Amino acid sequence: MGFLALLVAIWAVASRSGDSFLFPGPADVALALRDNVRSGLLPRAVGKSLARLAVGYSVSLVVGVALGVALARVRWVKDTLGAVVLGLQAIPSVCWLPLALLWFGLGEMAIQVVVVLGSLLSITLATESAVNTIPPLLVRAARTMGATGPRLWMRVILPAALPGIVSGARLGWTFAWRSLLAGELLFISGGLGQVLELGRELHDMALVLGVMVVIVALGLASDHLLFGRLERRVRRSWGLDRA
Amino acid sequence: MEPLIALRGVTKSWGGAGSPLALAPVDLEIGEGQFVCLCGPSGCGKTTLLNLIAGLESPTSGAVTVRGAAVRGPGPERTVMFQESALFPWLTVQRNVEFPLEMAGVPAAERAVRVERYLKMVHLWRSRDAHPHELSGGMRQRAAMARALVGEPSILLMDEPFAALDAQTRDVLHGELERIWLETRKTVVFVTHNVREAARLGDRVVMMGTRPGRITRDLAVKLSRPREANDQDVTTLAAVIERELKIEIEKVIREELDDAWTPAGGGLPGAAGRDLGGGI
Repeated sequence: MGFLALLVAIWAVASRSGDSFLFPGPADVALALRDNVRSGLLPRAVGKSLARLAVGYSVSLVVGVALGVALARVRWVKDTLGAVVLGLQAIPSVCWLPLALLWFGLGEMAIQVVVVLGSLLSITLATESAVNTIPPLLVRAARTMGATGPRLWMRVILPAALPGIVSGARLGWTFAWRSLLAGELLFISGGLGQVLELGRELHDMALVLGVMVVIVALGLASDHLLFGRLERRVRRSWGLDRA
Repeated sequence: MEPLIALRGVTKSWGGAGSPLALAPVDLEIGEGQFVCLCGPSGCGKTTLLNLIAGLESPTSGAVTVRGAAVRGPGPERTVMFQESALFPWLTVQRNVEFPLEMAGVPAAERAVRVERYLKMVHLWRSRDAHPHELSGGMRQRAAMARALVGEPSILLMDEPFAALDAQTRDVLHGELERIWLETRKTVVFVTHNVREAARLGDRVVMMGTRPGRITRDLAVKLSRPREANDQDVTTLAAVIERELKIEIEKVIREELDDAWTPAGGGLPGAAGRDLGGGI
């Protein structure tokens, strides 16, 4: 917290020495934030972005975990889709946008495709490795206790892989968030990315920096409050971290 | 009378046809209520034999039967305890012990009664809400024992369950296992490489040798119970088993080390005595 205050102070001093138009200080940014919160522009944009993220990320999470499990346990899926997943992982998510726009038109669908493709594969790969590294002894023990088929999956394999899956979900969340903003920046359709682009067009640097502050704040909040806590709780009760 | 467990001409090889046998044709019969220890050096196939009875492996040839029916996969009448507890880390002790009952579809009310009875039997009732990582190694094996017993199987298969524990904890658990066995009269197949453990626990000690894995001697143990680890009879029996197994153990060492190694035989451990005080 103290370090954060120091950073803001350095920012304030540095901004005075430069061009106040291109490099506004913290006070100007705070003012811009206040005005845009009051006008409703920022809350609307944040709401829109988060709503999109919720949809795209949920799809990624469900499909990613299912695909990861299939890659780990089903031989023919690994043989066919395994290389494809690794290959697609090399494509930055924004690069899907031109294709998505042509296929799905200038709509929500295009931007959701970018969000899903941006986060899906990292969740898939994390889930695959989590399932692959389950101690085989646990599965053997479960089989001697009569766990087979879907019950073996739901009661043993998935819980055993959960710490790794949660780490993958956390990583996927940050990828989804980045993909969304990149998509919104390039393809104007409401949301925080568009406000950023609006600030550029209006030469309103205070607004641009303000939106960036909001992005950082939202990123930190979701990571620490939501995923950080969840991950710690899971790791602790699985005995992976000492309390 | 048909024995409870029967292995007839059972072989196991890990490769395809023609590859060397991990287990040469083995014939073994185990009667109801027996406590049988399988004892031998590493690589003799004792764990493989146990897994065949458990249904975790299937034989390359021959037949494994329980009550006359061929073993096809694991079953609720045969539970297994491993060297590591294999408790599920995300469940409390109580929920771990409850797990096999849930899989068997036992109603909740009866599950609660059975879990309490067996957790008290292994003296872990007070730690029922702990997670496995909060327990000591000995407590984890107690929990694993409760989990193996709670489904009331007729056969308890134990694969070196106490090998990773310190000597004191192991002694205590030997006593507990013997007490529980006297109470419940399960049929126990207990795999160990520790001759004292075999002499301390078994009604019958089946000795095994390597390359290929096979049974070398089947020894009936007629010692009274409960036994103590340092009973003279147990110690003497352990020495007898050890002598029998020594040839096999040396065979393993000779193959694992290079040929410069020669067994000490019956001679005195020389160097230590000769050097005594030499450096002063």
